[in-house]
Amino acid sequence: MNNYEILSKANIAPQVTRFEIYVPKIARKRQAGQFVIIRTWEGGERIPLTIADANPEKGTITLISQSVGKTTFELANMQVGQCLKDIAGPLGTPTHIEKLGTVICIGGGVGTAPLYPITQAMKKAGNHIITILGARSKDLFILEKEMRNVSDEMIIATDDGSYGEKGFVTTALQKLIDDGRQINQVIAIGPTIMMKMVSLLTKNYNIPTVVSLNTIMIDGTGMCGGCRISINGAIKFVCVDGPEFDGHGVNWDEMLKRMGTYKKHECVALNQYKKHHREAEVA
Amino acid sequence: MKTKERLQIPPVGMQQQAASERIHNQNEVPLGFTPEEARLEALRCLQCKNVPCIAGCPVGIDIPSFIGFIAEGNFQDAILKIKEKNVLPAVCGRVCPQEEQCQLPCTVGKILKTTEKSVSIGKLERFAADWERNSGSVSKPKLAPKTGKRVAIVGGGPAGLTVAGDLIKSGHEVTVFEALHKAGGVLVYGIPEFRLPKKIVKNEVENLQSLGVEFKYNYVIGKIESIDELFQEYDSIFIGTGAGLPRFMGIEGENLLGVYSANEYLTRANLMRAFDFPNADTPILNVSRVATIGGGNVAMDSARTALRLGAERSLIIYRRSEVEMPARNEEIEHAKDEGVEFHLLVNPIRITGNEEGWVTGMEDIKMELGEPDASGRRRPVPIPGSEFIVDVDAVIVAIGNSPNPLVAKVTPELKVNRWGGIIVDEKTGETSIKGVYAGGDIVLGAATVILAMGEGRRAAKAMHEYMMNEKTD
Ligand SMILES: Cc1cc2nc3c(=O)[nH]c(=O)nc-3n(C[C@H](O)[C@H](O)[C@H](O)COP(=O)(O)OP(=O)(O)OC[C@H]3O[C@@H](n4cnc5c(N)ncnc54)[C@H](O)[C@@H]3O)c2cc1C
Ligand SMILES: Cc1cc2nc3c(=O)[nH]c(=O)nc-3n(C[C@H](O)[C@H](O)[C@H](O)COP(=O)(O)OP(=O)(O)OC[C@H]3O[C@@H](n4cnc5c(N)ncnc54)[C@H](O)[C@@H]3O)c2cc1C
Ligand code: SF4
Ligand code: SF4
Ligand code: FES
Repeated sequence: MNNYEILSKANIAPQVTRFEIYVPKIARKRQAGQFVIIRTWEGGERIPLTIADANPEKGTITLISQSVGKTTFELANMQVGQCLKDIAGPLGTPTHIEKLGTVICIGGGVGTAPLYPITQAMKKAGNHIITILGARSKDLFILEKEMRNVSDEMIIATDDGSYGEKGFVTTALQKLIDDGRQINQVIAIGPTIMMKMVSLLTKNYNIPTVVSLNTIMIDGTGMCGGCRISINGAIKFVCVDGPEFDGHGVNWDEMLKRMGTYKKHECVALNQYKKHHREAEVA
Repeated sequence: MKTKERLQIPPVGMQQQAASERIHNQNEVPLGFTPEEARLEALRCLQCKNVPCIAGCPVGIDIPSFIGFIAEGNFQDAILKIKEKNVLPAVCGRVCPQEEQCQLPCTVGKILKTTEKSVSIGKLERFAADWERNSGSVSKPKLAPKTGKRVAIVGGGPAGLTVAGDLIKSGHEVTVFEALHKAGGVLVYGIPEFRLPKKIVKNEVENLQSLGVEFKYNYVIGKIESIDELFQEYDSIFIGTGAGLPRFMGIEGENLLGVYSANEYLTRANLMRAFDFPNADTPILNVSRVATIGGGNVAMDSARTALRLGAERSLIIYRRSEVEMPARNEEIEHAKDEGVEFHLLVNPIRITGNEEGWVTGMEDIKMELGEPDASGRRRPVPIPGSEFIVDVDAVIVAIGNSPNPLVAKVTPELKVNRWGGIIVDEKTGETSIKGVYAGGDIVLGAATVILAMGEGRRAAKAMHEYMMNEKTD
């Protein structure tokens, strides 16, 4: 087997692909909360993806990628047996795992991928885990079974009510708070706007809240500062200081804006890619 | 030839791409000497007995000898002479601050009363190195018999490459661990193509590979492996991780869209080839008015890159005056020729933005020079009431880089100073951990290529001695 080789690949939700990749060093070393930076080809962009799982014996890591632009579409088109050009990692500071009591793990969409290893570790540390998974509709959930296996309680919420409770993850969280449940920590990973809404809610009740930020990155080693964000007014580099931060300290408006820096370029790149690769056409 | 005749030869200028043309391409600006030009320039050297120039070179190249060989047309011996002391001559010939090093004490410059008329040592060094590379027969150094010792080098910048070259020659097995997907450090991600063609760096790396140096890319030491873990496989370790931590100013608006650290801007443009977007995947903002804050090489590189990316106006904002600018003279001249606007004695106060978070301008204040500060340079002080606004749509912060803290953070036994630089023994480059050496920008803070190489050389020598004396049990 070659380093960086794709050993298996599966479509697990619309536009969401799970890869098992041979990279034994990282498989042995990674901890919950860490990510890798990959490139698909020689002229490729460096993009970060969370290590969703790993099998140290087999020497593999699991990556779950949602196709949103040129690189992630291209990745989704790579085949079993092909090798990625580069994989650097494990990067980022591992999650602080501790027995706290009741921990609520909130996953939105593909954010469930980074949430899974953290939940796993939090469960192992002896916490009571209440998981809330949210998505727009039923077919968008990923890792539901895996999350169930590491959770003591599980709540599913869909925007359209097609599965589980109708509403957002914040609706479900509010209900737990209103029910007077003791909550020692909330961990929320998903779309930026979801993490923002969860953080605003828990701030009212002073519930410690950890979020995982997905700013734009290049090197992932603290060299470029491109991933920087204001946390409690101070500049932090997400790739080395994070990716996890206190959700109450994040400047969410800045975060939302910075994510859109290259919107125009991203459209150009994706359109050009699709023109040349019909098979990438959105189904 | 008599001294007087030599002094009468006017300095040979190097052909360069016209400014109007070069701002539309990435090609190198100075085109290099022809053999005839090189020989003529070499004739200007007086072959001084007291060799003041050698003392000016941090690695002590035997300058008169190599220049003498060039004058004779013996380019082969010229490059061999240089390589006795410098393993990256094609790089140093291009990027050394010669006017502060070898060319500063040059007798010719002294007699003609300006360093600008010193013998062009750097350009001649570049010539010899380019000649060898283009001749296609790069001389391979002899390797000492295998020692069975293994060396790990952390970081593939000039410091690490120098150690790799020296230790493979001494017969050790050498592995370079590089965090990025390419080796060369700042030479590949920071210094632009138009100043240092990337094929030169690639060539040097390939030469090392052909000698048997192993390169492992995508290896962030401190994350994938700790220093302790490296010791399980290696006898000695060199840390050359550079000064890759960009500083920001802490002023309002620094996280607006369109504010870059120079490292990010240059990395996108150079290493990631954003010039070629969308043929290469990494984007960079297309902006029309760019302000770069700073006065060093990094600032010049950023401001000139911005022009090549299509900016209509590229401004340098520097809080001192031109004489204090740390950039190489040649870079300042080239930047001016290309139309970079210099706003000197000006300091930014805040960056302004619009509703969507995009940069719209910068508020600056005028400065004047006051009393000398700790660095001996006159300290710039703001002139009250002189605030003004410039309209820009991007800002590049090029005020300096600090040592990369990543390795030290996970290696508590590794002693660092107040600025994050690794503390080493001055004679050997050894760190607070036995068998672990360090050098280059990670020790010096942001310095120069040749100093990084000098530190690498010093460490390599000590590492060799350490490994050969080490008891094998
Ligand atoms: C620490 C971290 C972990 C992540 N983990 C996952 C994961 O497990 N699964 C997953 O599907 N996604 C993950 N992401 C997001 C993923 O990196 C982006 O979706 C990807 O870079 C998009 O690239 P693209 O070329 O396909 O899309 P583009 O069209 O280039 O971009 C689409 C959007 O993705 C973001 N983005 C673009 N370039 C980058 C970049 N270089 N780095 C980060 N974000 C970028 C921008 O907000 C952009 O608007 C993670 C991001 C970070 C920072
Ligand atoms: C834009 C710019 C222009 C410059 N212009 C000039 C000039 O004209 N003349 C001049 O003399 N000097 C110049 N310099 C300074 C010069 O480039 C540096 O002093 C020199 O490169 C330092 O060499 P180094 O080997 O110590 O570090 P670097 O060149 O910084 O190399 C360090 C390497 O280590 C890698 N690394 C970092 N952390 C890790 C890790 N944890 N694990 C593995 N690898 C790691 C990095 O990716 C990098 O490749 C310039 C610098 C910049 C940024
Ligand atoms: S290495 Fe630099 S300082 Fe030394 S002779 Fe060459 S150009 Fe001059
Ligand atoms: S000081 Fe100048 S003239 Fe004298 S030997 Fe050195 S380079 Fe030649
Ligand atoms: S990605 Fe470059 S500093 Fe974080």
